Amino acid sequence: MLRVDREAPGDMVAIEARGLVKRFGDIEAVAGVDFDVREGEVFGFLGPNGAGKTTTINMLTGLARPDAGTIRFLGREYTSDVKKAQHLMGVVPDESNLWPELSGFDNLCFCGALYGMRGHERAARARELLDTFGLADAAHRKFAGYSRGMKRKLTIAAGLIHRPQILFLDEPTTGIDVASARQIRQLLSGLNKAGTTVFLTTHYIEEAERLCDRIAFIVGGKLAQVDTLAHLIRDVQGQRVIELALSRALEGLGPQVLMEFMGPLREAFPGVEFESAGGAALRAHTRETLALAPVVRFFEDRGVDVTEAKAIRPSLEDVFVRVTGIAAEQMRREKERGPKGGGS
Amino acid sequence: MRAWIAFWSILRKDMRTYYLKPPNLSWGIIFPLAWTLMFFIKSGSGFGEARSILPGVMALSILFGTTSMLAVTVTFERKGRSFERLLLAPIPLWVLMLAKTSGAVVFGIVNAFVPVIMASFIVDLGGMIWWQMGAAVALIAVSSTFLGLFIAVSVSEVFEAQTFSNFFRFPMVFLCGLFYPVTKLPVFLRPLSYLLPLTYGADALHGAVNGTTQRPVTLNLAILAGFCVLLFLISLRNIQRRWIV
Repeated sequence: MLRVDREAPGDMVAIEARGLVKRFGDIEAVAGVDFDVREGEVFGFLGPNGAGKTTTINMLTGLARPDAGTIRFLGREYTSDVKKAQHLMGVVPDESNLWPELSGFDNLCFCGALYGMRGHERAARARELLDTFGLADAAHRKFAGYSRGMKRKLTIAAGLIHRPQILFLDEPTTGIDVASARQIRQLLSGLNKAGTTVFLTTHYIEEAERLCDRIAFIVGGKLAQVDTLAHLIRDVQGQRVIELALSRALEGLGPQVLMEFMGPLREAFPGVEFESAGGAALRAHTRETLALAPVVRFFEDRGVDVTEAKAIRPSLEDVFVRVTGIAAEQMRREKERGPKGGGS
Repeated sequence: MRAWIAFWSILRKDMRTYYLKPPNLSWGIIFPLAWTLMFFIKSGSGFGEARSILPGVMALSILFGTTSMLAVTVTFERKGRSFERLLLAPIPLWVLMLAKTSGAVVFGIVNAFVPVIMASFIVDLGGMIWWQMGAAVALIAVSSTFLGLFIAVSVSEVFEAQTFSNFFRFPMVFLCGLFYPVTKLPVFLRPLSYLLPLTYGADALHGAVNGTTQRPVTLNLAILAGFCVLLFLISLRNIQRRWIV
């Protein structure tokens, strides 16, 4: 398939979701979600665990049937039969789910065959992808013997074997080493530059910030906000964010200790939003100037020293926290604790 | 064309990954041998009786081979989520499920002829109706495989697949006329026998090997084919309802 390098996402809509609803018994996992993903863009789909991200991907890819709403790909409606659009899409699920008994090369060839690729074509493509993902040396080793990062890379390669126009990526870098995650991000970036539309869910806010053209936040099955990265960050740019490092006595005790301070802090400093920043650190968000001395005194009165205070540039994480009400660090930890923890 | 490339690849992959593994090949030899020895010991008869128990041993080899393998392999792939990849492939669901079941059908057919090969060394197999045996073996293999598929769709754990399989298989050993004619069963059990596909398969096999049947061969084969279609359609509907929620 010939691809043309592009400068920016086009005007054509690659994925159009309107009023998507999915219920599991009495629970409405996705409650009327609307969004467009433009052709050639990287669209981030962010939200806390159980927000409805995976359920939305399952509906879009044909692994779940929507209870209401419409799904269109590249201008054609496929709501009642997403299977007919499956040749357009590559799917990388949140778990590396290839066949453990097959080698890396055989896994890719088998996935190519599932899309109707002929023998020589899929073998050539498999070799190309193994080279691209740095797995050529492990091509004939069983998938079961791969490291977690290698498994993840091969799973992404399997999603690309048939050169899909739309790539769904569910948590592509969760739980893998830094070097592999960086390599995957570079590959995704290159793929998108070559014209592939990418629908990405991730728990790493900085990853979304680095890769995505536009971002949607989903909370409790409802879309809270959809916008470009620049617009989202502009909304919080008027804010001041101060990060406070607290005395060592608090380190290692976890966020629950900090939580005990939240109520009294909000009472003492109305108009200032406080949140845990991981470890023994706290972030204060305010639109006014924050006088540090009263804050330091507040903690000293409770036997805690403020060892450092620094101003933080507002980021997508601040937008995420504002929209979802959940600390991004807490969400990432929950996801990493269990591989299936975040499916929703 | 695209669907058939996928079909062939799934079948080849399953044969390689599951059915041609040494433990499964040895199962195909040991299982009929164990059943044959058990019957010889129980009846106290010599090898001359081998021909009379051959249909029953063949039917059991197919039933246990296909239902065990299919229910376990599908449940295993569902558990490891690799089955999701198959559901994401742009091929019709019926082609996908036919591909997934074809390996077990082939495995069942091969298993059925292991006791025939063994018997050929100890008794004269002349006079058998081979086309009838081939048709009966193929249809028993397909219906048993689809029974395995029905079981696989109903459970989520590998151990559940085995337990649930036995719920169907062990009554079939006694109720389907494999070693004891259905007509000699207590009257209240007979209706149950006629609800089980293996009853018709066993009768067709008895006809092919020993020349005696309860029903016309064509009727046996037609009813078996009907069971195959029914079980496959029920399984497809259950997959749509349970796996693509």
